[in-house]
Amino acid sequence: MRINCPLCGERDRREFYYMGAADYLDRPAEGDLDGIHKYLHIRENPAGVTRDLWHHEAGCSSWLVIERNTSTHEIHSVTLASEVAK
Amino acid sequence: MGYNAFQILKEGLTGNKGWRPAWRDPEPKSEYDVIIIGGGGHGLSTAYYLAKNHGITNIAVIEKGYIGGGNVGRNTTIVRANYFLPGNSEFYSHSLKLWENMEQDLNYNAMHSARGLINLFHSDGQRDAFARRGNMMVNQGDDAILLDREGVRKHLPYLDFDNHRFPVYGGLYHPRGGTARHDAVAWGYARGADQLGVDIIQQCEVTGIDVKDGKVRGVQTSKGPIRAKRVGIVVAGRSSQVAAMAGLEVPIESHVLQAFVSEGLKPAIDHVVSFGMGHFYISQSDKGGLVFGGDIDFYASYAQRGNLPMMEHVMEAGMSLMPAIGKAKVLRSWGGIMDMTPDGSFIIDRTSVEGLYMDCGWCYGGFKAVPASGWCMAHLMAEDRPHEVAAKHTFDRFRTGEAIMDEEGTGSQHNLH
Repeated sequence: MRINCPLCGERDRREFYYMGAADYLDRPAEGDLDGIHKYLHIRENPAGVTRDLWHHEAGCSSWLVIERNTSTHEIHSVTLASEVAK
Repeated sequence: MGYNAFQILKEGLTGNKGWRPAWRDPEPKSEYDVIIIGGGGHGLSTAYYLAKNHGITNIAVIEKGYIGGGNVGRNTTIVRANYFLPGNSEFYSHSLKLWENMEQDLNYNAMHSARGLINLFHSDGQRDAFARRGNMMVNQGDDAILLDREGVRKHLPYLDFDNHRFPVYGGLYHPRGGTARHDAVAWGYARGADQLGVDIIQQCEVTGIDVKDGKVRGVQTSKGPIRAKRVGIVVAGRSSQVAAMAGLEVPIESHVLQAFVSEGLKPAIDHVVSFGMGHFYISQSDKGGLVFGGDIDFYASYAQRGNLPMMEHVMEAGMSLMPAIGKAKVLRSWGGIMDMTPDGSFIIDRTSVEGLYMDCGWCYGGFKAVPASGWCMAHLMAEDRPHEVAAKHTFDRFRTGEAIMDEEGTGSQHNLH
């Protein structure tokens, strides 16, 4: 699997650290215990297209939102998390 | 038909024409007392113990594919009870005791082989941790022997003891650990359950779960609707999708775990060996192939095939530990879908729907748990209260933070397990 980093270009998957579902960008409000539980533990976990967060750890160090298919390993889009979170 | 030496002799002398299918192939009835979704090791053992221990025999096990065709037929076959944390340790201890009696109980040769398991350690800190783990195992009635470097050399002379980067300090020896013939376990439980009256329905996909007024009523399948007041979801890699049919969201992320088999070799590796400095474990099958694996691929995937980086990592770890295997050719590899929970431990619990139960989140360690998982799930479904050795394995533990069983001590977050 190769990932096309918007800043560095196409790189080996080993340069990237997988964080998990892009839900991590939507932090629940402080004190919202149900929201925090869901945010940390509950996952949609689709067999198909999903969005998750990756860190270009051994590259430019940027956080990326990657849209990909969990059944085929196909990557549809790679976006800087800073742009998604705007 | 009971299997015994006389039967084998008789069939051998009469052209093996008397053997019969080991279980029936029935059409589903319109209603059962219990439906188990998933005909893997865990689903079949659940059905078997529901019938045997609790006298509930009007059961259907519904399997999308065929018996033994999922993760139970695709794994590295290791059986052990060397867990540490309360909650996990008593469960796996219970499981190992069931393994040791399984073949007699099922009248089926699962080729269970207590060949001994050695977890190597490579630093003082790791030795201390393994000594503590060994004490815990002995205290709960299991066996553990702390071996020093020379002790390991007697058992495993082929390791690279002169490796400066990963010196072998010793190992924790678990003599009762070992392996079993993986799909024979599924076949044995299928045959045992069938003989007690359980209907095993293969090639039948569950497409929906009927819930009314917060209670489960039955399931929709590719062979029509089937009613039942109690339904168990035991579907490993597909837990999220099947739970969603009942409107449930579960704390599971699915990942691929790869494993590998080499060409057949003469007997060389007697034990199950795990490398403490890179995730690598190996044993030799009865056919002679070296069976080995390592970590999950570490990103959500349903692809049932792995990626090259983890394959390379496993091969590197294997070569550091035992360079002698470098000339063996890898014949095949496979990837199974693991239902990973945030703390790396399983869930056997009720759901918010009355009569609907789940047995899931086996992460990468479901095989050794097959008997106790079925035992505890059967207890939960029959009595509507958890069995004592699985009582801590609830959905709720993530919300409350109580009884989180994080065996690796890394935290309860999805990307860490």
